Amino acid sequence: MIIQGPHETCFHLSPPARADATFRVTMVPGDGVGPELMTAVKEVFKAGDVPVEFEEFHLSEVQNMASEEKLDQVLTSMKTNKVAMKGKIHTPMEFKGELASYEMRLRRKLDLFANVVHVNSLPGYSTRHNNLDLVIIREQTEGEYSSLEHESVTGVIECLKIITREKSRRIAKFAFDYATKKGRNKVTAVHKANIMKLADGLFLQSCAEIAQLYPKIQYENIIIDNCCMQLVQNPYQFDVLVMPNLYGNIIDNLAAGLVGGAGVVPGESYSAEYAVFETGARHPFAQAVGRNIANPTAMLLSASNMLRHLNLEYHSNMVSDAVKRVIKQGKVRTRDLGGYSTTSDFVRAVVENLRHRPAN
Amino acid sequence: MSPAVMQTVTLIPGDGIGPEISSAVMKIFEAAKAPIRWEERNVTAIKGPGGRWMIPPDAKESMDRSKIGLKGPLKTPIAAGHPSMNLLLRKTFDLYANVRPCVSIEGYKTPYTDVNLVTIRENTEGEYSGIEHVIVDGVVQSIKLITEDASRRIAEYAFEYARNNQRTSVTAVHKANIMRMSDGLFLRKCREVAENYKDIKFTEMYLDTVCLNMVQDPTQFDVLVMPNLYGDILSDLCAGLIGGLGVTPSGNIGANGVAIFESVHGTAPDIAGLDMANPTALLLSAVMMLRHMGLHDYGNKIQTACFDTIRDKKVLTKDLGGNSKCSEFTAEICRRIQDMA
Repeated sequence: MIIQGPHETCFHLSPPARADATFRVTMVPGDGVGPELMTAVKEVFKAGDVPVEFEEFHLSEVQNMASEEKLDQVLTSMKTNKVAMKGKIHTPMEFKGELASYEMRLRRKLDLFANVVHVNSLPGYSTRHNNLDLVIIREQTEGEYSSLEHESVTGVIECLKIITREKSRRIAKFAFDYATKKGRNKVTAVHKANIMKLADGLFLQSCAEIAQLYPKIQYENIIIDNCCMQLVQNPYQFDVLVMPNLYGNIIDNLAAGLVGGAGVVPGESYSAEYAVFETGARHPFAQAVGRNIANPTAMLLSASNMLRHLNLEYHSNMVSDAVKRVIKQGKVRTRDLGGYSTTSDFVRAVVENLRHRPAN
Repeated sequence: MSPAVMQTVTLIPGDGIGPEISSAVMKIFEAAKAPIRWEERNVTAIKGPGGRWMIPPDAKESMDRSKIGLKGPLKTPIAAGHPSMNLLLRKTFDLYANVRPCVSIEGYKTPYTDVNLVTIRENTEGEYSGIEHVIVDGVVQSIKLITEDASRRIAEYAFEYARNNQRTSVTAVHKANIMRMSDGLFLRKCREVAENYKDIKFTEMYLDTVCLNMVQDPTQFDVLVMPNLYGDILSDLCAGLIGGLGVTPSGNIGANGVAIFESVHGTAPDIAGLDMANPTALLLSAVMMLRHMGLHDYGNKIQTACFDTIRDKKVLTKDLGGNSKCSEFTAEICRRIQDMA
């Protein structure tokens, strides 16, 4: 079912249903614990009879499994399927002369301009701030991540941050559309326009212009350092936050930390045509590889969001309810949430809760 | 305590609540009989010869002579045509390091306890170079500058600070996976300097990982060193952990031995002149100043009196949850100091 309209971005553009009613989704496990998390998703889907078929590609810069052809294969698959699940493709630290990592190139080639992270407190798991419900929307194709650096004089490096009106408007519009669709009340733009008067000033101005088209949504703005301070003192004052690239990276991680860490926060990236589902805080977590300790909650919740995007409402709720029930019961908890269970223990618990779902 | 030599400190009261909290600090120092002679100066920007904005020459002269300054909040007018006063001070004295110790205040409860870290931020370059251009209409470019010299200087200061203050580790915060050349250079310099300080543990961490971990367990951090923008954000984040800008001290270290300690909150024009302001931030910055000058005894005495007053909860200003006046809060601290003698 494809509904189009002047301000719909990709919310309603789901892949056409196939004759055998299975959806094909591209899967890029990535590095670190990515493959383990993807296995968790596949196991849960299999147990729940979810009509999704995954097309896997192993693209990795650190494991020497990256090449131009691989990247093209992934892109072609994504363009056909329109929906993907992805782990983090780790960027090796050594400067190899190629300034843009594979992760960023993928983002740019598919024009995945909007990153949405859902920061929700998990019922049954207490943190210092409970009952949080924030949405963080980050522009992720320009800004500080433009990969434009050069050494103008020996010992002096210049790094360019690019802000354009077009992309700023686009992300602002996305944020307000999202807020409208999800029934949210307020959008707060995060910036540092008092120092970066032209760059962030342009971003802020674009947000303000778009805000006027949505009179029902309250619009505010806040400076990034104050925003961080407010998030640790009183995060409840925020609803939807929209910001350029680097600040998004910071706030995503900060907010993830507020509700329990990188293991519990789902996220997705959107372009006008594609949707990629991943975790909210993107870390490969290399030290956990092979130890069966990673928390699959974030990836499972993201998979549930993906099912909703595919209009598989029933299966989406089935997966997310099962995950939330396991967390709430508190008996099976991975290390990051203070427990001793392994990844497989958690997946098993989720699968068990799938079968015993209440008749609806 | 043997009578120490009187040392001169340039005092810049600032705007808004600046004058009231400055006089509170002076009263408390008098009660503690600290050997400080205050020289008050004003730093409204004036246009010098050649049309360049600068701070008044008598302020500069005083600071160059005394080398130590204490500053209240300065307002940054939006369309005054001149850069912010803080920026001007920074450029005039080459204040390259901003140091913010963040220690949980017993008695002022926040969800985060046992915070004890120091953020050291490179304050002259990085993303705040102020170099921006409109390339074409609708496309703006902002330049982030990282130089070898500034990176080395801040790394050296961080390790020296760690050594002088008995801190065990220094963590460089960066985003060299994305900004490979610029943050890569910063990181390389930190690594080189770490070689000369083998007694201090050196680690590196991505900025996003630091944020993720900081809000979950701030006790894992000790001294953090980073370029300008990350420093700005992280230092405010850490201030939020201990209770906000109203209780956070800050110091700026410059070349040529100049050091200016300041409160980092705003001028609070809405409560200026109403005797409602909280002088804690400026007072703790003054304590930081005393320690920098080697006057640890006085510093400890004043800090203890301040923390005891807050822990007692009987006389607190409004922002700390009480309803006492600034003068009452100040008097209570003075009383405790005199009782201690």
